[in-house]
Amino acid sequence: MFGKRYTIVITGYLLALFLIFPQSAYAMHIMEGFLPISWAGFWMALILPFLFFGIRSIQSSLQSNPSLKMLLGLAGAFAFVLSALKIPSVTGSCSHPTGVGLGAILFGPTAMTVLGSIVLIFQAVLLAHGGLTTLGANTFSMAVIGPFVSYGIYKALQKLGAPLWLCVFLAAALGDLATYVTTAFQLALAFPAQNGGFLASFAKFMGVFAVTQIPLAISEGLLTVVVFNVLAAYNKHELQELSVLSGEVRA
Amino acid sequence: MSAATKNLALKNSILVLVVVILTVLPLVIQSGAEFGGADGQAKQVITETNPNYQPWFQSVWEPPSGEIESLLFALQAALGSGFVGYYLGYVRGRKKQQEQDD
Repeated sequence: MFGKRYTIVITGYLLALFLIFPQSAYAMHIMEGFLPISWAGFWMALILPFLFFGIRSIQSSLQSNPSLKMLLGLAGAFAFVLSALKIPSVTGSCSHPTGVGLGAILFGPTAMTVLGSIVLIFQAVLLAHGGLTTLGANTFSMAVIGPFVSYGIYKALQKLGAPLWLCVFLAAALGDLATYVTTAFQLALAFPAQNGGFLASFAKFMGVFAVTQIPLAISEGLLTVVVFNVLAAYNKHELQELSVLSGEVRA
Repeated sequence: MSAATKNLALKNSILVLVVVILTVLPLVIQSGAEFGGADGQAKQVITETNPNYQPWFQSVWEPPSGEIESLLFALQAALGSGFVGYYLGYVRGRKKQQEQDD
């Protein structure tokens, strides 16, 4: 189904990936107990204001329009599904998408700090995935940086007049990728290499955490567009009310 | 089905198909790989850079087996997709009702 040239380009791209990153890589959240206690505390303290503003932002959205409760549920449920799906990647290992881009576009980034941290607590307590001591760091990457990147890209592209699907796709995909770049950054800060320090360590963790994520980020972007298409078709009114879509709000 | 609904279904089917291809492709081109999700390998990278590091906290509870773990992951996905499906069906029905009322 691909043209010959595309096949060659794709094969070359994948080969290059394998040559650069031959080790099998495993990309997930930071494991329980695997951040030194000072860093664990630092990230935990850093997310508290975002949680505070997130709760306030959710309260004010729901107060002005109680019917948005269901849509907020959708944003949470979408993150819940996507972060449960461990998907194989070209590096020969698995990782999972985050699903927070959709909610960030709909309700703003801090609202997703709250919903994302709930997902992370569920996984840390019931699935031994991620951890309570690394909750702050994982919340910062998945539920602060990810949503802020998604939200910023969505708003910027919308202003530039990009088509809706492209705004949604890039917002969700790059937010997903940014989450795992942040994870690599956090681990490199906590574990600088003895030779080469932070940068050498960052490059290594980037290979593990970010490269695996590239095809998954594309998948997350596409799935977010799928849900968004349905919302735009059947739920225009609420999207306009949240000023996700431009256009006049009908009374 | 109206033309708009048909168009939406077609567009979304194509997008989902691309996701499926993106998911299956790694299994084909990397057919020898382990596809592990075990965090043990990520730990290896840390122990390579910092051989003296000792994790200072253990998970409060771990699923007793791979089966129980996949049960819980499936439960998480089922709860989430259950609500997503319910909501999308709800807004679709609501829109239809509104159109009939108009």
